[in-house]
Amino acid sequence: MTQPTTKDQRPTTDFSIIGKPTAMVDAAAKTTGVGKYTDDLSVPGMLVGKILHSPYPHARIRRIDTSRAEQLEGVVAVVVGKDAPNPYGILPVGHDEHALALDKVRYVGDNVACVVAISEAIAEKALELIDVDYEVLPAYFDPEESMKATSDLIHDNKPNNLEKDYHHIFGDPDRGFAEADHVAEARFIANEVTHAAMEPHSTLAAFEIDPHTGKPGRLTVWSSTQVPYYLQHKLSLVLEMPMAQIRVIKPLVGGGFGGKSEVIPLEIIAAVAARKAQAPVKITYTREEVFWAHRGRPRTIIDLKTGVKSDGRITAVKARVVQDGGAYCSYGVVTILYSGALLGALYDIPNIQYDGYRVLTNKPACGAMRGHGTVNVRFAFESQLDELAAKIAMDPAEIRCRNLLQPPCITVNGLRVQSYGLPECIEKTVERSRWDERKGKLPRGRGLGIACSHYVSGAANSIIRSDMPHSTVNIKIDRDGGVVVYTGASEIGQGSDTMTAQIAAEVLGCSLSRVRVIAADTDLTPIDIGSYSSRVTFMAGNATLRAANEVKKLIAAAAAKKMDCQPDDLVFREDAVVSRNGHVGTAAIGRPAEQSSAATVSGRVEGQILRGSLQQKRKDEGPKDQMSFEEAVVAAIDFHGALTGTGSYAPPPEARGGKHKGAGVGPSPAYSYSAQVAEVSVDEETGEVTVHKVWAAHDCGRALNPVSVEGQIIGSVWMGMGQALTEEMVWKDGMLMNPGLLEYRSPSSVESPEVEPIIVESIDPEGPFGAKECSEGSLAATIPAIANAIYDAVGIRLHESPFTPERVLAALRAKRNAKALNLTEGVDPTSPTRFREHGGSLWFKGKGPERHPLDPSRHEPAGGTD
Amino acid sequence: MKKELIELRINGRAHEVAIESSALLLDVLRQDLQLTGSKRACDDSSCGACTVLVDGVAMMSCTLLAASCEGPEITTIEGVSEHGSLAAIQKAYGDWGGAQCGYCTPGFIMTVKSLLAENPDPSESDIRDALSSNLCRCTGYNQMYEAIRSAIVAERSAATNSE
Repeated sequence: MTQPTTKDQRPTTDFSIIGKPTAMVDAAAKTTGVGKYTDDLSVPGMLVGKILHSPYPHARIRRIDTSRAEQLEGVVAVVVGKDAPNPYGILPVGHDEHALALDKVRYVGDNVACVVAISEAIAEKALELIDVDYEVLPAYFDPEESMKATSDLIHDNKPNNLEKDYHHIFGDPDRGFAEADHVAEARFIANEVTHAAMEPHSTLAAFEIDPHTGKPGRLTVWSSTQVPYYLQHKLSLVLEMPMAQIRVIKPLVGGGFGGKSEVIPLEIIAAVAARKAQAPVKITYTREEVFWAHRGRPRTIIDLKTGVKSDGRITAVKARVVQDGGAYCSYGVVTILYSGALLGALYDIPNIQYDGYRVLTNKPACGAMRGHGTVNVRFAFESQLDELAAKIAMDPAEIRCRNLLQPPCITVNGLRVQSYGLPECIEKTVERSRWDERKGKLPRGRGLGIACSHYVSGAANSIIRSDMPHSTVNIKIDRDGGVVVYTGASEIGQGSDTMTAQIAAEVLGCSLSRVRVIAADTDLTPIDIGSYSSRVTFMAGNATLRAANEVKKLIAAAAAKKMDCQPDDLVFREDAVVSRNGHVGTAAIGRPAEQSSAATVSGRVEGQILRGSLQQKRKDEGPKDQMSFEEAVVAAIDFHGALTGTGSYAPPPEARGGKHKGAGVGPSPAYSYSAQVAEVSVDEETGEVTVHKVWAAHDCGRALNPVSVEGQIIGSVWMGMGQALTEEMVWKDGMLMNPGLLEYRSPSSVESPEVEPIIVESIDPEGPFGAKECSEGSLAATIPAIANAIYDAVGIRLHESPFTPERVLAALRAKRNAKALNLTEGVDPTSPTRFREHGGSLWFKGKGPERHPLDPSRHEPAGGTD
Repeated sequence: MKKELIELRINGRAHEVAIESSALLLDVLRQDLQLTGSKRACDDSSCGACTVLVDGVAMMSCTLLAASCEGPEITTIEGVSEHGSLAAIQKAYGDWGGAQCGYCTPGFIMTVKSLLAENPDPSESDIRDALSSNLCRCTGYNQMYEAIRSAIVAERSAATNSE
């Protein structure tokens, strides 16, 4: 393990702001209801937009007739695909979406038209008056079926409905498996889950009239987005407007988890609608529409093979991963690459073979979700490692310790690892959960399981290739001593604004209340590539650190002059600038050099300095060894004329990964690490799994705000538990069966266990004050920790998540060689023959399940009036 | 549809609003009265983000007809702050990390207020049961329990001091 070092030379206990539990800077706005989210906003003359969605999973649009809708009193405009035909997509390689369908719809819920009206009720009424003539096409719901497609492709330029496939070999996997004493091989399936952020997506778009041309000019968009910059970029593409004419403002965002990290159809549609309606338009999704917009974690089929020696060392890993990506590319190419790349950088694996397939199907697009790309494969890997530990009769915690990396190092797939708190994470969870004395000794039905995970602290390579910094931060201080920090980073509830304020306050030695953060407004704040892949603390934090240091240098130069000492001797702390040694001694030592440097500093504003100095002299009679922060700021403005600083961050070239195709995804300047122990009980009668407690240790480098770090760890573990036990998007013929918060079954307080967060600080050499990410890395360990605990409790290995009572019972019965129970037989005549199995069947080909006589989809589509 | 005039008592004040008889209380609060603290998140009373107190009882305003609320005293999140300062529960939610994205927070605070009004000394399982009417997607609820416990202590010591 590398020796922890930190840029900040003060001892670790000597911080005045960071490291202390701090209420978020916007906490009062949130707890009083005063804070504004996008849907809380309104502007004069604002109209309401409502979107018409496709009722078919795959169909050609022959004709759209909007005339009847347009004639309805109160309807201002009806927008269709040809109003904004330019394609866009979050990835430069995946520009396959349109604001509204041009000629084809590709999933139930795809966007067909948008009505702009004076009220929601009128808009909804108008939707019913739009006539769309569809030609229904065969649809694909199962990725492995979809890959065989030769006709009726979802996108004409994607043969076999294959969005992208990657085939990586690192080391010599064949030799690795030959050297192994034990090899395990299995298929794992992780079903589709979604973010279900509490705030439904919302966008308000308004044009202003250009004073010079008298025509519609600048566009302002308020939107629930994690990345204002990407939205600005895509709006510019679709609307054919220069980016400088588009202002994107992010109000408070009610949770993202990746679901708002790319441009969601309504964000583009609102702008197109505002242009056509010539009035401000707000569109807010209903909860059902949020499920259709989706972009969550894809259903993933993982064929995994792992080899170990009898001493527990992993010799090789081979993974074939198929992701059910839905109808559009979204972040898919990145997701499938993460799934392979993050097999590395957790353990020392000498040989890796990875075959990844991102497949298109006729369902809402999947995209980035907390733990992007790594979660499902981690579930498979950690489960299989547990199985292998049992095979070689080794403690599951021990086998993990046998495969640790020896940082600083570069993994076989080109990932640079520096700080590595995994050993301490394992040690701490084992100790706190009393693993050694309790594992395997709990009564039947109750068990403990362990698993580890990791995650990037931001991607080292941006998705839009360029040399620009990933984060830039500006700081301005005026004579009132108020510090204003301008950052493009997006607060989405994770505490990004608070982190920014803390770092600025810590560096400048001022109180937190002095710092005001202006964030995520493309007119005011410098470009930042947003809040996703857990990059904000590391990257925007580093940019803040640099900007604050730059301003501090200016203040120190001026204050040193006043206090007759060297700038280096000044300590900024608690709203005061203090000479470290008292002014007398330092002044004597440092005088000649300081004189000359001060002369160059003063320059053009000499007169002001003189005035300032004279006033100060009159007040104080000679130099002092302490100044208040405000005095120092005034002195600095008098010296320099203005007090601003800027800092930016771009990941160093060494951290940007290897040269192979797809090497750009996976590398990060630093990785977080997590180890978890879950304690569960399994009811063998009902198949119900209860999680009692999770001990979660997370290496976040340094905890800048412990209460936030703990909140992020608990939240990640909890969301992982949801995916492990209850959350699943259930499909039937491309229709989502559970598009509601109650049906989707995100765990409520009564189903949620106690989570004991354990902060591990490895002090990363490049992180701001040593900090790394803390918001995503813990999620992936929870699912396998629970799976392994279920094995410890009742001896079954579950290969498909979520671990619902049906699946647990089926596995328990299979273990006893008993016949599987069909819990749903006869319950619903229209249910697919394999309930909860993904994809249903291709009912268009007449192969589908028998439908209830009253089921409307039993009848042929009524050609044109639907 | 013809609108009718009703009078709602909200946060101690009377408001006259003209509404369609089908108008939901949440929409009247948010759109007609600009009280946007109550949130819409699920449309079907499954998440509790729109919770308000109607004569002290926690109700989900997204499935409540505004016309049926004439008469009782309605309290929204905007009516929780005391004399321009944070109420103990609001302060505690901020200090203990009970609010992350904050979207569900107003609903939770209203639920907690109704719980504490009924049961000033709730057990852990009382708290869990009460909170189960609301969903949060950020916190995993753990830090909310700490916030609630600390708010109870703060309220109690404030009460002792003022005696």
